[in-house]
Amino acid sequence: MDLLSFARGPALKVALAVFCAGVVWRIAAFALLRIRRDLNRPRNSLFKYLGAGLYTIGTRSWPHPEFIRRTGAGEALGYSYHMGLFVVVLLFAPHIAFLGSLFGITWPGLPNSVITVIAVISLTLFLAVLFRRVTSPVIRMLSNFDDYFSWFITMLVMVTGLAATAQIGARYSTLVAVHILSVDVLLLWFPFGKLMHAFYIFPSRAINGAILARKGAAS
Amino acid sequence: MITRDAATPASGQLSVGEMLLAHGIGRRGFIKFCTAAASAMALPPWMGAAMAEQLRNAARPSVVYLSFQECTGCFESFTRSFAPTIENLIFNVISLDYDDTLMAAAGDAAEAALASAMRDHFGNYVVVVDGSIPTGAGGAYCTAGGRSAVDTLREAAKGASAIICVGTCSSFGGIPFADPNPTGAWPVTAIVGGVPIINVSGCPPIPEVITGTLLQLVSTGQIPDLDEHRRPKAFFGNTIHDRCYRRPFFDAGKFAKTFDDEGARNGWCLYELGCKGPTTFNACATLKWNGGTSFPIESGHGCLGCSEPGFWDKGSFYSAESTPQWGKAGEATPKQVVELAGITAGVGAVLGTASAGVSRLRQASRQKAAEHEHQGDE
Repeated sequence: MDLLSFARGPALKVALAVFCAGVVWRIAAFALLRIRRDLNRPRNSLFKYLGAGLYTIGTRSWPHPEFIRRTGAGEALGYSYHMGLFVVVLLFAPHIAFLGSLFGITWPGLPNSVITVIAVISLTLFLAVLFRRVTSPVIRMLSNFDDYFSWFITMLVMVTGLAATAQIGARYSTLVAVHILSVDVLLLWFPFGKLMHAFYIFPSRAINGAILARKGAAS
Repeated sequence: MITRDAATPASGQLSVGEMLLAHGIGRRGFIKFCTAAASAMALPPWMGAAMAEQLRNAARPSVVYLSFQECTGCFESFTRSFAPTIENLIFNVISLDYDDTLMAAAGDAAEAALASAMRDHFGNYVVVVDGSIPTGAGGAYCTAGGRSAVDTLREAAKGASAIICVGTCSSFGGIPFADPNPTGAWPVTAIVGGVPIINVSGCPPIPEVITGTLLQLVSTGQIPDLDEHRRPKAFFGNTIHDRCYRRPFFDAGKFAKTFDDEGARNGWCLYELGCKGPTTFNACATLKWNGGTSFPIESGHGCLGCSEPGFWDKGSFYSAESTPQWGKAGEATPKQVVELAGITAGVGAVLGTASAGVSRLRQASRQKAAEHEHQGDE
């Protein structure tokens, strides 16, 4: 079995299995945790505080006006490379063929040249994010192995993908194999690291917002 | 490197140049022929003249062509070479001393010709192998003259200056080697060692790649530059995708979705229909077939990747390169993915529930301990 067959065969199967099991495990464990009953009288109706929870997803997705000058650029940087990643992952023809074979549906993609430009911009932004993390004393202090490894594995997927598209460094089959292997590693790491924010970020904001709204606090 | 001393004509034996002259082919015509062959092999322009000079003064090198577990498709391809043509090659450039498909002799006479060629040119003849070598049942799946393929190959390899494996079967095992490999087939490299081996893979290989490699070997006496699969870089240095005339459509993201849709009619890229061009190293897109008429992608069908090792076991020919391949079953289907996701999600749910349960138990135990402590204080 050659490297490509291994990467898109057994390695991918194991990675997908661990990804699915891990994600459901962590979500279930989180959802079933014991929540201390709030014996206070609700300050808002059930409908209102659940609505406020959903509203918080939006309001907490951008800095409060008071902090926008301090954190706005950093958040914009984060959103930009996330959007770049989504475009590259979802609109590159080989990715569509890959996802299509997994889920049975396909959609139109973008020309390779457009995807390459977006990927290079995303890569640059990704480096800028690391620079910010390393140079900001506060963020550096808050960062641990999880942050750096999650950054590294995502970066590896992007770099190997670009190398495969541009056919730099090795044969296309080898580059594609290394790219798929890096995706396999990302899937294996995903449920156990901070990449899980993809699943936690919105529910956690909604829950916080709902709890605060129940207590009558503005969210 | 092949020694040229033995290639010097013996007294009374005509050199290639003298023989060509006798056939009415002059020096200029012969240089033209060699230049065309050198050009087909992407060799430098001066190599044509050098090859002509070398060949003109040399005796025709002995070549034995061994056919083992194969379909004769490679030999059919070999006979359709345009530059050089097979008749030019075997009548003027090489001495094809044994080939059980082409030779007039049969039975003991044919086997005697093989034995004679191997004895008379020991250490200097070139062996061309077509087909894989079955080792199962003591080699009984492929025999000729009462001898198994594996024995014949081992004996022929002892006195060979080089072995050229023609076709994917002799190069990498090919279709006989594919799972479950009922005959215990192996490529030449797994059977013999200690002799230079050149793989000219393909199912079948391009005719000009077979004759060009043979011509370069016998004319220069040098093993050409090879890639990691021992294939001549002159022919296998680029992927079909790199040189494909449909490549601009790939770059523009224009793909045929079916073999009869508008994209297919417009000649768009066949990547999504399973074309293996991006991972297949061969000269189909440049040399093409039938004297440069066309090649499979030009005819509307994706590349099968037939010149790559294990091409038969790499899943469906009609699924894109990037699609997951889950073992013998081929590509992963949405149903399989749903099944896998369902099973693993169930495992995850059990683990998650258990984790939460453990957490709750610990929390309750801590709470009980705190209450107990509180009561004690009172």
